[in-house]
Amino acid sequence: MSKITYRDALNQAMCEEMQRDENVFLMGEEVAEYNGAYKISQGMLEKFGPKRVIDTPITELGFAGLGVGAAMAGLRPIIEFMTWNFAILALDQIVNAAAKMKYMSAGQYSVPMVFRGAGGSAARVGSQHSQSLENWLANVPGLKVVMPSNPADAKGLLKSSIRDNDPVIFIENEINYGDVGEVPDEDYLIPLGKADIKRAGSDVTIVAHSRMTGFALTAADELAKQGIDAEVIDPRTIKPLDEATILTSVAKTNRAVIAEEGWRFAGIGAEISARIMEKAFDDLDAPVARVTGKDVPMAYAANLELMTLPSVADIVEAARVVCNRA
Amino acid sequence: MAEKQKKPAKSAAGLTHEGREYSAETLMEMHDSMLFIRRFEEKAGQLYGLKKIGGFCHLCNGQEAVCVGVQHAAEAGDYFMTGYRDHGHILARGAAPTAVMAELLGRAGGMVHGKGGSMHMFDAKLNFAGGNGIVGEQVPVGLGFGFASKYRGDGRVSVCFMGDGAINQGAVYESFNMASLWKLPIVFVIENNQYAMGTSLDRASAETHLFKRGISFKVPGMQLDGMDVLEVERRMSEALVHARSGEGPIIVEAITYRYRGHSMSDPATYRSRAEVDEWRSGRDPIARLQAQIVDAGLATEDEFKQKDRDIKKEVNAIAKAAEAQPEPDAAEMWADVYSDPIEGAYPYPGKVG
Repeated sequence: MSKITYRDALNQAMCEEMQRDENVFLMGEEVAEYNGAYKISQGMLEKFGPKRVIDTPITELGFAGLGVGAAMAGLRPIIEFMTWNFAILALDQIVNAAAKMKYMSAGQYSVPMVFRGAGGSAARVGSQHSQSLENWLANVPGLKVVMPSNPADAKGLLKSSIRDNDPVIFIENEINYGDVGEVPDEDYLIPLGKADIKRAGSDVTIVAHSRMTGFALTAADELAKQGIDAEVIDPRTIKPLDEATILTSVAKTNRAVIAEEGWRFAGIGAEISARIMEKAFDDLDAPVARVTGKDVPMAYAANLELMTLPSVADIVEAARVVCNRA
Repeated sequence: MAEKQKKPAKSAAGLTHEGREYSAETLMEMHDSMLFIRRFEEKAGQLYGLKKIGGFCHLCNGQEAVCVGVQHAAEAGDYFMTGYRDHGHILARGAAPTAVMAELLGRAGGMVHGKGGSMHMFDAKLNFAGGNGIVGEQVPVGLGFGFASKYRGDGRVSVCFMGDGAINQGAVYESFNMASLWKLPIVFVIENNQYAMGTSLDRASAETHLFKRGISFKVPGMQLDGMDVLEVERRMSEALVHARSGEGPIIVEAITYRYRGHSMSDPATYRSRAEVDEWRSGRDPIARLQAQIVDAGLATEDEFKQKDRDIKKEVNAIAKAAEAQPEPDAAEMWADVYSDPIEGAYPYPGKVG
């Protein structure tokens, strides 16, 4: 095991896969000569040259579509969006082309590619640069949506995503980029569609993805002090969702809290909550609680930003409510 | 516009036109392909009228010379992609017509098993990469195919069709820019049929010479008479040489005309009957090639009449065979969503609930 950052883990994943398969290339804004806006692609131009690490103009729709076509032609593109906010410009190619080509062509064309970049809220950058859009993308058949919460998962999941033969939406978290964690030294993959129990517990299940996984773990420590033993599940892959792991946990704890940074309406928590209701209704001792971002655009002021986002205290409170301890 | 055309001269094997020789066999292939597409589209129109074809159905009557001329200029390995008016292109490329008709009818043996319909025809074996319903969708996708060819150095060219409607989409210019920046082997073929649905070119475009739309991106362009299959073939061949040589992309604007409405539900009241007649009787690409062939003494009008009867018969038989096919199996609904489906994932594959 080595201690490396979430950022370096992503870098290692891409480098290893590019060394393994010459059809893999990285394309995006500032990925080559600038070494990445967030330095995820540091050193990759030097390692792989300009044929495989390609700076684009600021033209998200165009290079997203380029990736789709290149994937249909048999290459394995990694298309980096500097942040997912800018990918909104590329949604037509993601939703109407990448996600549907396989189906529309009755399997004649596959789209093996990764769209990746920073998602979630950043810090003090206002509403257009701070938002969670995974629920939009997870709604689309044909896409897979992956969101790692720590360095080891980031590396293993990105490697699997690059090897996957479907379009994978890989949403990183900007605030997690500097997080340090243990990462295996040997070559490893983490399968898509498998949740991970980050902390075992018996009193309440907390399902949280991306940056919220860390919040949930901190909340679990606080809850432990209050005599509540929380189990924290990180779905890791939002679509397809590993509901079996969640349902098994709820069968044990009989209580569930879902935490997400994104807006409440039709969010990931709404989907998970509905599935628990559909398939584990009789296991529940209390209604499922959702902790989400507030349904407002993100403000700039530090206090407003903090209020807009879910907090550790919100998760603790929700857990206490479902455990009848509030 | 295209330069003034000289009358074709008879040559031993066929005819010479603008310095290019065409064998009698090639000429007849071009003719038959165009006439087949014409009769196929008419049949599709009929079946739509009978409510056997549903949804949107965009016919290419009048535009056959573009489909066929480009196909004759291109190589088998070149990639094709286009918008929603795609029947003619995939037929010209050589797709099985019964499968194309079956797709229109939503049958099991359709090109894409009834999952695409009129707008989403694909044939990977023929390097025909769709069939796109969002105006301009195929242009960034075509850019990607061109990128892949350059990446691999495989010598293929991507032939990316779009209409005079798509040319105003932002994605097109993003693509022109990158294609030129990286000198990708792409021919952007603009089929200018002069109407984007009901909006005439001059009501939608500040610059109506669409072949000039690449100037800001240093993409050269040429305009040609899209009602003349020999001109399409000849100039398209030049464009393909340019793209294949590593000089980068090129725009080919083919001036053409659709005889029918934008789709089957369009009565086309935005243009006059006289205008349609002028193109239809004065510039029809099939009649034009027939006259050239007759003038060259390679066939007679009677032979063409007989050929037309034969093709109509063939198209009728195709429609009948396609109609006789069953609808797609229900399992088809769940097939081809993912290449690597994840075991047990809800709700795929299988039923909800």
